[in-house]
Amino acid sequence: MRDEATFTVKAGLAEMLKGGVIMDVVDAEQAKIAEAAGAAAVMALERVPADIRRDGGVARMSDPAMIRGIQAAVTIPVMAKARIGHFVEAQILEALEVDYIDESEVLTPADEANHIDKWNFKVPFVCGATNLGEALRRIGEGAAMIRSKGEAGTGDIVEAVRHMRKITGEIRRLRSLDDAELATAAKELQSPLDLVRRVAAEGKLPVVVFSAGGIATPADAALMMQLGAEGVFVGSGIFKSEDPERRARAVVEATTHFQDPARVAAASDGLGRAMVSLESSKLESEQLLAQRGW
Amino acid sequence: MDVTVGVLALQGDFEAHGRVLRALGAEPREVRVPADLDGLDGLIIPGGESTTMTLGIEREGLAEPLRSLGAAGTPVLGTCAGLIMLDRDHLGMMDLRAERNAFGRQVRSFEADLVIDGIDGGPVRAVFIRAPWVAEHGDGVTVLAQVDGRPVAVQQGRLLAISFHPELTGEQRIHERFLTLVRECVAERAGS
Repeated sequence: MRDEATFTVKAGLAEMLKGGVIMDVVDAEQAKIAEAAGAAAVMALERVPADIRRDGGVARMSDPAMIRGIQAAVTIPVMAKARIGHFVEAQILEALEVDYIDESEVLTPADEANHIDKWNFKVPFVCGATNLGEALRRIGEGAAMIRSKGEAGTGDIVEAVRHMRKITGEIRRLRSLDDAELATAAKELQSPLDLVRRVAAEGKLPVVVFSAGGIATPADAALMMQLGAEGVFVGSGIFKSEDPERRARAVVEATTHFQDPARVAAASDGLGRAMVSLESSKLESEQLLAQRGW
Repeated sequence: MDVTVGVLALQGDFEAHGRVLRALGAEPREVRVPADLDGLDGLIIPGGESTTMTLGIEREGLAEPLRSLGAAGTPVLGTCAGLIMLDRDHLGMMDLRAERNAFGRQVRSFEADLVIDGIDGGPVRAVFIRAPWVAEHGDGVTVLAQVDGRPVAVQQGRLLAISFHPELTGEQRIHERFLTLVRECVAERAGS
């Protein structure tokens, strides 16, 4: 007898993506470039975060025709984004058989109180988090993979670093608490106590954690890996740069060899201009995507 | 006996294999460049994305060193993408052709109890993730388990290949069986 869509099966795909780079693509042509450069998966979306930022307005799930086009173009896993709380967009993505759904703050939230009940879906979900409590709430809702949010579309790594350090720092703190203190910590983190206990016992999240939001160079990717990310999402950083093919290959290489400075240096050689970047600290509060979701 | 088993660590769930190996008393070594292969007693090619892994093997110049390792009789275990790497269209170390994503996209991924020839103690809980199967194989390849009549666990000499992920479920018997091959090989080399 076959059991489909168990948590092991959902979280298992994220295990297979580890050590890899997931690249944002807006059409089949970019998807092929990403695949040929060694991407472990592609994220299909209508506009990369830098363009969403520039254009403003409501950002939604992509056109199904575009997602199908990308699925037909590559054999690596295809992910796609749904708005926070927009479970019908998620139902559509499941009907399209995307391999992972990203319930993403990069799109405009559809529900200001509730995230999608992800247990209701056969397709696994990845969700963003800025801290441990947020990560555990998403896992409690059924997320099978977490990515630190960073600040998408900026090319500024500072928020990605902040969020990854926050998550790993809070995990280290849990390790030092006794059972009574863990119950209080669960209350403070606003997270399910069973998950808090598990994290304290194992010293890691129960699902794979990637880093996202601001990675623009091979060095950025290696930095996030050394800080504890198990892989990276690169959004605008590839296809908004001067030479996307080369930069894509370089980020893949740096993610594999993140512990070898000579290899990261070699990968960084002569890549041309990085994406046009924005300093996160200069953004107005309403322009910060990481604040969406709770 | 202490054996050192390499785990190809270009991309994929190589750390999970390392944990199982350590639990069984073997020393894992992550392999990213040809020099990492020196003096290995066995090698595991883990699950991951087969396209990413193929490009990584090419970039690092690992194809020939991996083939020589297999040709020298060193045991190799390939799981999922690892099975694909071993087939005729990739490293060509086993006489078989893998069908990639044979069961379908992620929504068709599944787990099931699987009876495997030579694995005692009841069925193995097998997790299949966008898994391949063996579409065809030569006479030298023994089929150890099937799903829907398609081979998902095969052996050719000291090369083992499976479509699923024992490293994700706490299952140790497949790795034990592989380590038996590794230790036999080490003993033979010591004796010759």
